[in-house]
Amino acid sequence: MFLLSQTDPTQSQAITSVLFYIFAIMAGGSALGVVLTRNIVRMAVFLLFTLVGAAGLYFLLSAEFLAAVQLVVYAGGTLILIVFGVMLTSKSPFSRFEPKLGEVIVALSLGLILLFALVMGMMRTSFAGEPLDTTGGYPVGRLGQALLGDYLIPFELSSVLLLVVMIGAAYLAKGRRREVEPEGLRRTASAAMRRWS
Amino acid sequence: MVNSMTILAQAAPPAPPLMQSFFFDKLGVSPSPLAVLIYSVALVAVVFLPIVSLVAMFCIWWERKVAGHMQSRLGPNRVGPIGLLQSLADGIKLILKEDLIPKDADWFLFRLAPYLAFAPAFAAFLALPFAPDFTFEPRLAVGLFWILAILSVEVMGVILAGWASNNKWSVYGAMREACQMVSYEIPLGISIIIGVMSAGTLNLVELGHLQGGGLHTWLIFKNPFVFLSFFTYFIASLASNKRAPFDLPESESELVAGFHTEYSGLRFSFFFFAEYAAMFVVGGIQAALFLGGWNDPFGLIGYFYQKFLADGNTTGLILVNLIGAAIFSAKCLTIIFVQMWLRWTLPRPRIDQVLYACVKVLLPLSCVLLLGAALWQLLVPERPGVPWSDRFPNPFAWSDWSSVGAGAALVIQVILALIGLGIFCAIVGWVLYAAASGRNLKQRLTDPAPIETGPVETASA
Repeated sequence: MFLLSQTDPTQSQAITSVLFYIFAIMAGGSALGVVLTRNIVRMAVFLLFTLVGAAGLYFLLSAEFLAAVQLVVYAGGTLILIVFGVMLTSKSPFSRFEPKLGEVIVALSLGLILLFALVMGMMRTSFAGEPLDTTGGYPVGRLGQALLGDYLIPFELSSVLLLVVMIGAAYLAKGRRREVEPEGLRRTASAAMRRWS
Repeated sequence: MVNSMTILAQAAPPAPPLMQSFFFDKLGVSPSPLAVLIYSVALVAVVFLPIVSLVAMFCIWWERKVAGHMQSRLGPNRVGPIGLLQSLADGIKLILKEDLIPKDADWFLFRLAPYLAFAPAFAAFLALPFAPDFTFEPRLAVGLFWILAILSVEVMGVILAGWASNNKWSVYGAMREACQMVSYEIPLGISIIIGVMSAGTLNLVELGHLQGGGLHTWLIFKNPFVFLSFFTYFIASLASNKRAPFDLPESESELVAGFHTEYSGLRFSFFFFAEYAAMFVVGGIQAALFLGGWNDPFGLIGYFYQKFLADGNTTGLILVNLIGAAIFSAKCLTIIFVQMWLRWTLPRPRIDQVLYACVKVLLPLSCVLLLGAALWQLLVPERPGVPWSDRFPNPFAWSDWSSVGAGAALVIQVILALIGLGIFCAIVGWVLYAAASGRNLKQRLTDPAPIETGPVETASA
């Protein structure tokens, strides 16, 4: 994060904290918005802001490549897919969710348990690591070499996984072949159209 | 949080950009983080926002002029010298219009969508390398990837605009647009990968420095695969900008106005600002990655920049930067002109033809080019020190080229450069010929000749 390039560490920490709070409030507040809103497309928009907030946090941590990947894959890919699915399958444009009280209680308690577990886990872990060596600028080349060197097997495995998913999705989306109609049936226009759909 | 922040404080960061140090030296203020933050925000507000607005206004006027002249009419010619203030007049008109929101539209999303469409295009300007020191953040190591990433957020703005309007035609436009933009992101990305692979860096400023040695060092002439990938990138960028012939999302003759049917006034103008800003950004990527960035074809800018940097001559540096910025903008505007030219020339295909062109033509082509470029990288030896270790390669050091087989690479680059130059000169010559011979047809642009009345010959029975 380039704001740390100055001699006064306390001020740089203050600025970084302010920016952290901005992005964290954006991400957390939008996540709250996803849960609390009733309109499904608005949920997708709030999710977009959550993802952008997370990308901002990655930028703050000097993980520039990861932030850009987050934007490309999540905001520009997964979210579009979600919105597409919503638009193509929702019965009316403004269908609203009406959660029952039982569902709300179950979801809230599960969420609180998860929050508790995550906070306990984070507080008991020591995140000691080496500082990122950004003397010559962010090392994108080293990332590439690590992906194709030390971490080659996970890389190849994930690409095989993606390929399998793509093939499976294409197969599932292809639809069933209709059975060939026997000769002699009167071919109406709608029957012909049904054959070609 | 405390742990990671103290870890980061120990990391050694790269040197601050030249313009920032120059500015703070002139002011006599020490560059504390708060001052740097204020400087960055002020830079964006005072320099980049006007640039984007001016670019959009100029492009809107230019588009109408180009359209007019290609259709044998004049285009805007009343407001201002050659109609130059037409965009300003249109802007004022749009601001003064009534702010209409359809009653059943989703008010939150309807209001949000124009900003979601404009903000990414504007944010992408922050990475464009206008000149080695006139870049907002020259240390952004993933500059090219950042532009790609932020432009993919623009798709959401368009989809939301179509959806929130509660209008069938808008939803059709939004659906088509999402399909098209997301599908064409694949050949777009692969073409960029080909260029980046040959250069070895994602940093746009370094890419510009790499191409500073003259016409033959431009990345487009590096090997035939990068040459062809420039064209696939150009076609894919047309689709991702919703420019003709891929302008189905806003196809005026089919969908009233596509996804922005229900928008009027200032919100409508935001979409057009976004479109022209995105055109400039995409032209900027092509200029920076393939066409040499801020460098002129003779390598003078690179040479003088190195010389002035070594001498510490700040006036000379600023001059070189200004000329470089002008050259970069000229290249972007040339690409924008070609995009406009195509818009008013080609007909519009159907959406299934558009997707056919993407998935069955461009995608296999770009994959084959990627394979070819990778094999070329592996098999053809290059000049040592290019591009990973040398930051300022000296292209005039001929001894560097004479190492093992690197001369072959130089010869191929020069041949490709000559081919490219030939194509460019042919097109420019063609346009000039058309302009010169069109003088005979100029009378069409004025009033038509009066109808001659005389004896009418009737056909004999």
